[in-house]
Amino acid sequence: MSIEYMGLSEINGPLIVVEGVKGAFYDEIVEFSVKEELGGANAAEKKKLGRIVEISEDKAVIQVFESTSEMSLLNTRTKLTGRPMEIALSEEILGRTFNGLGEPIDGLGAVRAAEYRDVNGQPMNPCEREYPRNYIRTGISAIDGLTTLIRGQKLPIFSGNGLPHDELAAQIVEQASLGDADDGSDGEFAIVFAAMGVKYDVAEYFKRTFEECGASAHVAMFLNLSNDPVAERLITPKVALTAAEYLAFEKNMHILVILTDMTSYAEAMREVSSLKGEIPSRKGYPGYLYSELAALYERAGIVKGAKGSVTQIPILTMPGDDITHPIPDLTGYITEGQIVLERALHQKNIYPPINVLPSLSRLMKDGIGEKYTREDHQDVANQLFSSYARVGEARDLASVIGEDELSPIDKKYLEFGTAFEQEFVGQGRNENRTIAQTLDIGWRLLHILPKEELDRIDTKILEKYWDAANVGTGEAQAAITEKQEVCHGSEYISD
Amino acid sequence: MGIRGTIYGVNGPIITIRGNLGYRMNEMAYVGEKRLVGEVIGLTKDATTIQVYEETSGLRPGEPVEGAGHAISVTLAPGILYNIFDGIERPLEKIAETGGAFIPRGAQVDALDRERLWQTHITVSVGDRVMSGSIIAEVPETKSIVHKVMLPPGTEGEVIRVQPDGAYTIEQELVAIRTADGREVPLSMTQHWPIRTPRPVASRYPADRPLVTGQRILDTLFPIAKGGTAALPGGFGTGKTMTQHQLAKWCDADIIIYIGCGERGNEMTNVLEEFGELVDPKSGNPLMDRTTLIANTSNMPVAAREASIYTGITLAEYYRDMGYHVAIMADSTSRWAEALRELSGRLEEMPAEEGFPAYLASRLSAFYERAGYVENLNGTEGSVTIIGAVSPQGGDFSEPVTQNTKRFVRCFLALDKSLAYARHYPAINWLTSYSEYVKDLSGWYETHVGSSFIDCRNRILNILTTENRLNEIVKLIGSDVLPDDQKLVLEIARVIRLGFLQQNAFHAEDTFVPMEKQLRMMEVILHLYDRCKELIDRNMPMALLRESDVFEKIIAIKYDVPNKELGMFAEYDAKIEEFYRYLMETNA
Repeated sequence: MSIEYMGLSEINGPLIVVEGVKGAFYDEIVEFSVKEELGGANAAEKKKLGRIVEISEDKAVIQVFESTSEMSLLNTRTKLTGRPMEIALSEEILGRTFNGLGEPIDGLGAVRAAEYRDVNGQPMNPCEREYPRNYIRTGISAIDGLTTLIRGQKLPIFSGNGLPHDELAAQIVEQASLGDADDGSDGEFAIVFAAMGVKYDVAEYFKRTFEECGASAHVAMFLNLSNDPVAERLITPKVALTAAEYLAFEKNMHILVILTDMTSYAEAMREVSSLKGEIPSRKGYPGYLYSELAALYERAGIVKGAKGSVTQIPILTMPGDDITHPIPDLTGYITEGQIVLERALHQKNIYPPINVLPSLSRLMKDGIGEKYTREDHQDVANQLFSSYARVGEARDLASVIGEDELSPIDKKYLEFGTAFEQEFVGQGRNENRTIAQTLDIGWRLLHILPKEELDRIDTKILEKYWDAANVGTGEAQAAITEKQEVCHGSEYISD
Repeated sequence: MGIRGTIYGVNGPIITIRGNLGYRMNEMAYVGEKRLVGEVIGLTKDATTIQVYEETSGLRPGEPVEGAGHAISVTLAPGILYNIFDGIERPLEKIAETGGAFIPRGAQVDALDRERLWQTHITVSVGDRVMSGSIIAEVPETKSIVHKVMLPPGTEGEVIRVQPDGAYTIEQELVAIRTADGREVPLSMTQHWPIRTPRPVASRYPADRPLVTGQRILDTLFPIAKGGTAALPGGFGTGKTMTQHQLAKWCDADIIIYIGCGERGNEMTNVLEEFGELVDPKSGNPLMDRTTLIANTSNMPVAAREASIYTGITLAEYYRDMGYHVAIMADSTSRWAEALRELSGRLEEMPAEEGFPAYLASRLSAFYERAGYVENLNGTEGSVTIIGAVSPQGGDFSEPVTQNTKRFVRCFLALDKSLAYARHYPAINWLTSYSEYVKDLSGWYETHVGSSFIDCRNRILNILTTENRLNEIVKLIGSDVLPDDQKLVLEIARVIRLGFLQQNAFHAEDTFVPMEKQLRMMEVILHLYDRCKELIDRNMPMALLRESDVFEKIIAIKYDVPNKELGMFAEYDAKIEEFYRYLMETNA
């Protein structure tokens, strides 16, 4: 196994060709020893890792995870490791920081491995999946109320450069995991954070936030910053997800995985693909972009019988704020919904600037309602969506004929729209709302509109909550508060 | 023992073998020491190209490749229903038994259970002449479906030996025949069929019967015929999968083949769970009794995604040959097209539009042409209906997959983003969708539902089209300035949109609506329109009409009138008359 091959045949960016290799297999990890320059006989050697991405007979194309600078066709020796890309795993990875390949960079030494795992993972058998039903309370109205996050879901944040997606992700992490005292009954919660090509400041921001909320002992960070090698970036999310699967399905933890920024990941794929001379499809991205993204996103989920779960919140910045760009587009086809941030709302100084209309949670329908949140949840959500969609029409009309000329009902809609954005969507960076609070705000805002306009709410529910929510004091409000407690209690009971 | 070769190169799911060893095109091959399943897709003098249906990481040059000697094919016998397969007919539950929660590579499992005994009733006797497709035995496969064991196409002869009725496995001999050239052929329940070859039929009928779905916008505005083809394009989040689920649950086909092609794992789990619990309204048995799932989720190997569509349609044709009506839900054909693109890229073929291979159109047409209402070889009638979801890139219908699909389907159900954003479901846009079957099916509607059906349908569509035109004006100057008769059109169109087109899949009564109720609903709405029109013609303002709650009452019919109590519609007609009389008396 430990035959070393002297010299290389070709170097092209992160891709290297070695000829004369025997017994190498597809996807195998190889190790390079690079002699430092001008060193003479006892010069230091640098180790680098690479992966075989194409092989024909004795010629292997290897993608090097690190920079290929200093490598020459003569000074490098290549060794086959005989294994695919693996990482060392144990519970100790929590609280640690790694580079994009899963090697510790926090100076605390290597991880004592309980197990080594192939980072490529294997597809989860659909018959062995458990359909996700337990929701995660994030304390953010626009998410809890309208695009509820479910444990085991993959729900990306579609954002743009300069929008507060990092703050939003950090707030979700803080409030979903550790913000609640009565979280004790529920298995352990941990976070796997993978940064792909993000700026140093962003990685630092997350690190600081985790420390400030006291979560850093429960976080495993995998950092590939924007100046780190591109080829390493392609392996980072796989490493992180392998760690997440291990913690979830071996150690029975609830894992929240933050992947940021998927756009850099896809860009890296394009870069390497074009160096390999592959035929490009849309916008120069390789034809297998969908399959590669799916191989990551589909690793969210719950396995039957396991106590743990993997929930993913990938963040991606839409190039040019264009939701039809291949990266958000393909992502949306794989993930179970999306949370879309909008620049116009951000400019109105609304935080979080979530545009609820294109946002969606596909698993929401099965995780809310009487047994999970509150019986009126679905109806209120539908009504808010439908009324807010109508606001858009009224605004379009107002921009043509002027606000004064609008019919009284359209004026009401304008009023509703503003209030909805300010009070329902908008909330403080540290504000943590319960589901009941969220729904009550929803009811209060719906009172701006005449009752006849509420066509998405079941008549019985409307009768029950319309008056109760009305500028509520007294008994009706007490009834709600009581309900609120009941459902609050059940929020964290997992199966 | 097939032809043996050794791997020369590996690039993703494509492997090459040096030289021409005599493999045939589309031959199945076992690749490497783990015997991964593959298919020969390219032959030149110098090299053989094989696509592998499993993850290829770990394969090395020099490993053996063995040809199977036959084209990639599926096993056909009882046990297909109430099952979930991957793209090349490997049962996922069996794989889970041995492999655990994750799918290992090179899983060696039989497509169908070879041990299980099936109660069999033999329907032929010694001396009978049997031909291709003749039914020789019947096996109750599930509570809902009797599996008919047929002679494989291409065999015929005289029955010389018959086993008594009883319990048999799928491989035991049931009947033996002597062919014309004197050979004795033993027959079991099992037959094999190559997935890329359509199964033969005697003749094709015109599509003149609808696939009743219980979904109002489909049954009335854009019907699909049994044996027809429909495309369901829509950007993400517009409800393709929801619509497919609704169709799979409620359409009046005998058998449903649900192909999850490159879609989400959780969705397949959901179908599996939900269909196991839901009861088929016709038979009272679980829906899974008539359903087969083919799951190739988006993270499973891409080559198997390409094959899954063919596997599905071959299973469908097999049940059609027994005389059943089969509906295929393919979710989504875009993933299949993208699999073609990915493989084509790996083969370094010259790309056409958007990187898709130039043969995309011919592959799509070959797939959709396998649908049809036919007379089978054994004289029975059956049909295969294909409903293919399309996931256009960026929600843009001008992209190649949508455009090419549009050429080969006769029913186009365009899902609309803005309707979905307003949570109007099903989000099928009534202006851009069309069905070419309306004319073919009008005869059926007239005899089976009511003579006024087509007329009502056309009037409803007409009001909606007018509404669209008026909305252009409203967008510019507001609705207040419109004359009252146009305001009425807007109001009635609102009633149609909310009360008729919107359908609540989660509501017990509204999730499935029988044809008779659909017709009565249309009639009531049009009755209201006619009466209001008369009032408006007498110069009554629309504002006065709106004071009545009759519009809201009619919108609520979908919830208020149970499917079984259509007698209640008389009350609504009476209510409209009363409303009319009251206004006439007080304002005339």
